[in-house]
This record gives sequence, structure tokens and C-alpha cells, in this order.
Amino acid sequence: MELLIFYPLAGLCVAFALGVVINNSPVGSAMSLIAMMLGLAGIFVLQQAHFIAVLQIIIYAGAIMVLFMFVIMLLNLKGSGEDASWRSRDKNLLMTVLSGFLVAGLLYKILCVLNSGEFDSPASLPENFGTAREVGTILFTEFVLPFEVASILLLVAMIGAVVLAKNKVD
Amino acid sequence: MIDDAIEFLEPYTYLIIGSVKALVIAGALLGIVPLLVWLERRLMGRFQVRLGPNRVGPFGLGQPISDSIKLLFKESIIQGSADKFLFHLAPAIVVFTAIVTFAVIPFGDPITVMDQEIGLWAANVDIGLLFVFAISGMGIYGMVLAGFSSNNKYSLMGGLRSSAQMISYELTLGLAALSVIVLTGSLSLIDMVNSQDSYPNILIQPLAFLLFFIAGVAETNRAPFDLPEAEQELVAGFHTEYTGMKFAMFFMGEYINMVTMSALVTLLFLGGWNSYGIPVWPIIAFAGKVGFLLCVFIWLRSTYPRIRYDRLMTFGWKVLVPLSLLNLLVTSVFVVL
Amino acid sequence: MLESYLGAGIMMLMAIGIAGGMVVMTSMLGPKREFADKMEPFECGESPIVSPHQRFSVKFYLVAVLFVLFDIEAVFFFPWAILFKQLGMFGFIEMLLFILILGVGLLYVWKRGGLDWE
Repeated sequence: MELLIFYPLAGLCVAFALGVVINNSPVGSAMSLIAMMLGLAGIFVLQQAHFIAVLQIIIYAGAIMVLFMFVIMLLNLKGSGEDASWRSRDKNLLMTVLSGFLVAGLLYKILCVLNSGEFDSPASLPENFGTAREVGTILFTEFVLPFEVASILLLVAMIGAVVLAKNKVD
Repeated sequence: MIDDAIEFLEPYTYLIIGSVKALVIAGALLGIVPLLVWLERRLMGRFQVRLGPNRVGPFGLGQPISDSIKLLFKESIIQGSADKFLFHLAPAIVVFTAIVTFAVIPFGDPITVMDQEIGLWAANVDIGLLFVFAISGMGIYGMVLAGFSSNNKYSLMGGLRSSAQMISYELTLGLAALSVIVLTGSLSLIDMVNSQDSYPNILIQPLAFLLFFIAGVAETNRAPFDLPEAEQELVAGFHTEYTGMKFAMFFMGEYINMVTMSALVTLLFLGGWNSYGIPVWPIIAFAGKVGFLLCVFIWLRSTYPRIRYDRLMTFGWKVLVPLSLLNLLVTSVFVVL
Repeated sequence: MLESYLGAGIMMLMAIGIAGGMVVMTSMLGPKREFADKMEPFECGESPIVSPHQRFSVKFYLVAVLFVLFDIEAVFFFPWAILFKQLGMFGFIEMLLFILILGVGLLYVWKRGGLDWE
């Protein structure tokens, strides 16, 4: 039953991920990315990580992608004009080599994890696994310090955004 | 024969019940929209000392039906330079998110039919409230895409404006709901209703109620926050280029969102289906409260003029967000003491 | 646990059907009469001469960034609010610190005029 849901979801995710790369218009790419994130949220639900799933939608698909869309519309990126400063063959070659390294590294890591046997048998999960309550309990007892540091990170980001945006206006 | 059929269907009971519930809820939502349009036009007519639609059918009830048939057979013009796929996608996203959001809204205690306990909701998820925020937040893309794909400056400006408005007021919506979560200790909408069985939350959280409702009105793009369709400046905002049914789909989304928002306010602050001693069915109590809030929505529209865009944004960020943070702080002080 | 999401999944399929069906239906049912003037973008009584794709004010960008930051903040609040009654004083001080740090941020943004729309 779970597999029956997992495979279509995973297939959709891969398809949309490809769509991000292949799509010509930046807005189309962004929409594919959003659809991919929604599929990912579905997979999180299958993994019993309900709270993370909804965070995935709220933060990534909801907030960060809105920012992406705004930037695309603000910069008026329309279609992909060829980058004049780079000859496209050189660029493509470099891209291929770099992404080749990435894929190789990723495959190696996946193989390592598979061979380590960590995920062989699905451990029986506690009943409340993945709910907001469980995540919160861990976050606010064990990981208090990272949580408070996160607030400072947000503060820095806030100040940075204002400094950047306001300087341009003046 | 029938026993065989029942036995065959046994393992799929959940699936069947789920499908029937989804069908009923989606059907009810689609049925409520024309009714709501009719109600709004009639009430607006009364507010403005005129009659409103009263020719088609009794009390003009046939008006919305004839309107929707007309819209369906109108030409759907796609402006030449528009991005065709995204242009079609935008209204679909708006309707999709509006309907899916309603999936987690409960409207009564579970009932028992044929030894099966059936909950009066499409899905009972323990993170109900966050699910509503997450999916309704996706509705923004409908507006952004409609604005972007139309290739028209009014549309683009309208799309940008309404999405900026929606994200600003989404914050207040979440922060105002937090004080109710603090009191309840759960994100499940059913738990929230059950925790209000002696008195509704509005009595102890009047400020949160006010903030939530204001943000809700802004979130559904209703007057006085209907900046996306500020006719005087933006023609019709992000749906300037839309015609026929696709145009109507944006309004369909808006009206369904209105129902969802009223239901959410009812569940969070007005005690849901608790009737507090008045002898009515729980579901009638719930429907009555939602109906009253819908009338308030219409009442607001005919009372207040549209607020200016810069005022809208500063109001959201400088008044509503700090106030809701403060309200949360005060609530938590009271709870901890 | 998973069953409860099944209902939401069915609802999603149904909504896709309804929304898609409407778009397809209106494209098929309506008449199709195209001519050059009709296919132009809307403009008040004249032909559009300025491209709609101009650069926009950076204000929208600032609003979006602030929204992302505050949304992340709000998301931290949700599990905290659920647990607040159990965490008690400890949780209160924890969150007080968090709110204060971010309050400083909000104050800074406010004073720098980041919240002004003009």
C-alpha cells in the first residue's frame, strides 16, 4: 500500500526535478520546483514525518519559493538569453564535469548508506513519531542552544536584508 | 451475492468512505458558491437600498445558476502574447487550493452509520491548522502566475501586489492562532473545539479573534482589503485578461476561501459545533456560526471603503504583527503563572 | 496515522479533477473567434506601447525576505505552543529570549524604514 503511493510520488518528484533543469522559462522552472517540493512533502508523510512534511510546504514551497518568484519577476528574467561572456560550449563542458562529480559523489554516498545496513529493516516506530509534539520535545529540551542560535541567524538575515534593500533605494 | 460484494469491499471500506466524504464535501462547496454569490448580491442590494437580483426564480435564486451557465459558454480569450500553459494553470491552482484546504475542516462529532464511525471531515490530521495554512498559502501562486502569464502591466502589478498583501497578512494569521494553540496544546482542529466545551475562546482571547479575523479578511482578498481588484488603478488586477469560466474560477476560489476562513474562525474562537445550552444539532450550530460570519464579510464590504495600498502594508507590518506577538506574550505569561 | 492523510489525498485528486475539468470545459464549450485587436493585451483605449516587464520596486523583495524570516520564526512557535503547558517556566524563558532577539530585529527594520511602503 505504501509502495503504491510511494512510486507515483517519487516518479513525479523526479519528473518535476527534471522539469526544473529542462524548462526554458525561469517561472516554469520555479513552478516545477514547487511541484517537486509538494511531492517531497508527500514522501515525508509516508515516512511518518508529518510535521516536517507540513514545514516543507510552509517554508520551502510557501515562503522561499514566493521569494524566488518575486526575484524572477523583479529582475524581469524572461526566457534564457545566451550568456554573452561565456562561449556556451565551454560552459556546457564545465557544467557537465561539475555535475558529473556531484552525481558520482551522491551515488557513492547512497551506496555507502545502503551497504551499511542501517536502513535494512524498518524499525518499529513509536506511536507519536514525527508529530509536532515529538519534534518540539526534542527541539526545546535537547537542542535549546541551536534553537537560540537560530534566532540570532534570523536576526542577522533580517538586518542584512534591510541594509541591502534600503541602500539600493537611497 | 450482496454478502460477497460486501466481503469483497471490506478491506477498501476506508477508501470508499473517504471517497464519498470527499465527493460530498467538494459538491457542497461547489453548491455553496452560487448560493453565497446570491446572498451577497441580495444583501448588498438591501444595504444600498435597492432590491438586488429578484427576477430569475423565487427571490432571484435562479440568478447565480443562469450566471454560471452563461459563464461556461462564454469565449475563453487567451491574449496573444500570454504564456498559454501558465495562463490555464493559474485559475486551476486557485480552485484546487481552495477545495483542498477544506479537507481538514471538521464540522461535527463523529456519527455512527452501519457500525462504522464516520467523522464529519474529509481528513483528520493531527496538524490540521498547519495543513490549512500550508495549502492556502499555495493559493498565492495562482495570483502570481495569473499576473505573470497575462503579459499585461495591470495584471503583473496586481499579481505582485496581492501576493505581497497575502504573505504579509499570513503572518498575522499564524501568530494570532498561536495563542489559541497555547491554550489548547494541540494543532488538531477537533481538539480545539473540544477544549471550548464550556466557553468559547473569544471570551478570553478577544484581541486574537480580532487580529485573526482582520487577517482572514485580507487573506481572502475581500473588501476593504480587495486591493487586487482596485478597479480605479489596476482595471481588475491579476485577472484583467481572464474571461468566462476561468475568470469565474478566481471568484469561486475567493468564495470557497471565505467559507473556509469563516469555518476556521468558528473552530478557533467561537467554539465550533458547541451550542452552549441552545438545543440545536451540533452541525446546525456550526453552520449557523459560519453563516453569521459570512454575513459579516458581506457587511464589511458594504461598510468600509478600500484601504490605500501603502496603508495596507504598513498596517499589516506595524500594527497587526507586533500586536499579535504581544498578544502571544501576554497569553503565555498568563498560562505560565 | 497514514489513513488520515488518505482522506486529504482523495480530496486532492478530486480537486485536481474539478479544477482541471473546469478549465478544459470552458476551453471546449465557448465560441472561438479570434482577430488581431482582440488578442492584444488590455489597455485603456489605446495600444499597449510599454512592455509590462519592467523592473519593479525593491520593496516587494524586502517584504518577501521579511516574510520568509518571520515565517520561519512562526514555525518555531508552533511546536513550542503545543508543548508550552508541559515546558512551563523553562519554555517561557526560552521563548522570551527568542522573541526578544527577533524583536530587536523587527525594531531595527522598523527604524531603518524597512516597514514603510514609501
